[in-house]
Amino acid sequence: MLKSRIIPCLDVNDGRVVKGVKFQNLRDAGDPVELSFHYEAQGADELVLLDVTATRQDRIAMLETVEKVRTKLRIPLTVGGGIASIEDAGRLLNAGADKVSINSAAVRNPQLINDMSARFGAQCTVVAIDAKMTNGVFQVLTRSGTTAETLDAAAWAAESQRRGAGEILLTSFDRDGTRSGYDLPMLTAVTTACSLPVIASGGADSVAHMVEAFEHGAHAVLAASIFHDGNMTVGEVKTQLAAAGILVRS
Amino acid sequence: MIQIINTGVANIRSLEAAFDRLQQPWQLTEDANQIASATHVVLPGVGAFSAAAEAIDRLGLREAVIERIARDKPLLCICLGMQLLAESSEEAPGVAGLSVIPHQIKRFSNTVAVPQLGWNEVRPRSANAASSGSSSSNANPPTPFVTGEAYFANSFRLTECPDGWGCAETEYDGPFISSIWRGRVLACQFHPELSGAWGQQLLANWIGNPHA
Repeated sequence: MLKSRIIPCLDVNDGRVVKGVKFQNLRDAGDPVELSFHYEAQGADELVLLDVTATRQDRIAMLETVEKVRTKLRIPLTVGGGIASIEDAGRLLNAGADKVSINSAAVRNPQLINDMSARFGAQCTVVAIDAKMTNGVFQVLTRSGTTAETLDAAAWAAESQRRGAGEILLTSFDRDGTRSGYDLPMLTAVTTACSLPVIASGGADSVAHMVEAFEHGAHAVLAASIFHDGNMTVGEVKTQLAAAGILVRS
Repeated sequence: MIQIINTGVANIRSLEAAFDRLQQPWQLTEDANQIASATHVVLPGVGAFSAAAEAIDRLGLREAVIERIARDKPLLCICLGMQLLAESSEEAPGVAGLSVIPHQIKRFSNTVAVPQLGWNEVRPRSANAASSGSSSSNANPPTPFVTGEAYFANSFRLTECPDGWGCAETEYDGPFISSIWRGRVLACQFHPELSGAWGQQLLANWIGNPHA
């Protein structure tokens, strides 16, 4: 049986891991290369590196970070943030990413999903969706949460699947960094609308939150602060998940 | 020297990094003579069945790979590389695989999330036989790895164990064949290069002692 995945997320800004609340007030949380090895050793199933600034200069720094991480990392690596073209995606894959997540650029140009999937395969093509509840709908946000789109998260997930995406990384802007748990209604809406694996992101503060996400159809959970602050190791989380009846990799 | 067949459609940096960690020299090849003479050859696979099959034919490598298997020289086929051993795939009707095994690769059904993305258990069949006390003289050849958890990223898979090959099984949408081996040829639907310490050990075993 397929195991439920635990994915630490490293938000990277200018070569350092940072963490903020609702994408603001970034604070330093360590070296991405060291943290990557640390999390693999703890039992992480994958890693996500998100370039949270994604200026041109920082993107070059990000390629170097990906190369360094890949040298030792023996688990899958997804990289996202500021990817605007198939060339950007190709550079990250050549640097050592196994999957590339696209967000704002896919909303601006949905054909990018088709092109990436045709060129690199669906299994490389992750569509990251940031969304928040607005007037009763889960409204898609782009540009690190600063631009509201006239697009519903569930409908966008379904369209992403039709265009060839292989996975959805779903982040609740309302919950991100708040430690109040994953946005379960949003997760249900998206996992109902598409049959792709969905990674739940934003709001995790406890194993109970992760159990809820898996029970609401998530294939994987993303978490940052719960691990970066040293409150729990990935191994401790997995032990508790297993005790709660969630199938995890040993 | 490990020769990695460069079909141009695969994202293989992770595989290269895995061989680097094992301190095994490798290079990319598009040359039939190198594929014939190398000590070890890898047919990697990320990407589409049709694009990879076309690349193999465009580079004139089809016969070299088939010949290598016939001569039982060390060959490792990964993910799509394993699927290419079949006659055809539902992914690309009408496109000929290498036809080393007389099977068709089929898509997972819509009752499960597709692609299968993540970690799943890989169980060699002879391990089952051993645990259930079977002592058939026609048992599988020695298994090239022990039961473990491996990383998968696939929408299509082999559903039957080919005659004359050892097989490992995995459960997703029912059981499917997640690895086959015969002599020095090993094919894995999963990615050993992304499968942690277990996957690294599998690669080391294949290089150091290709279960001859």
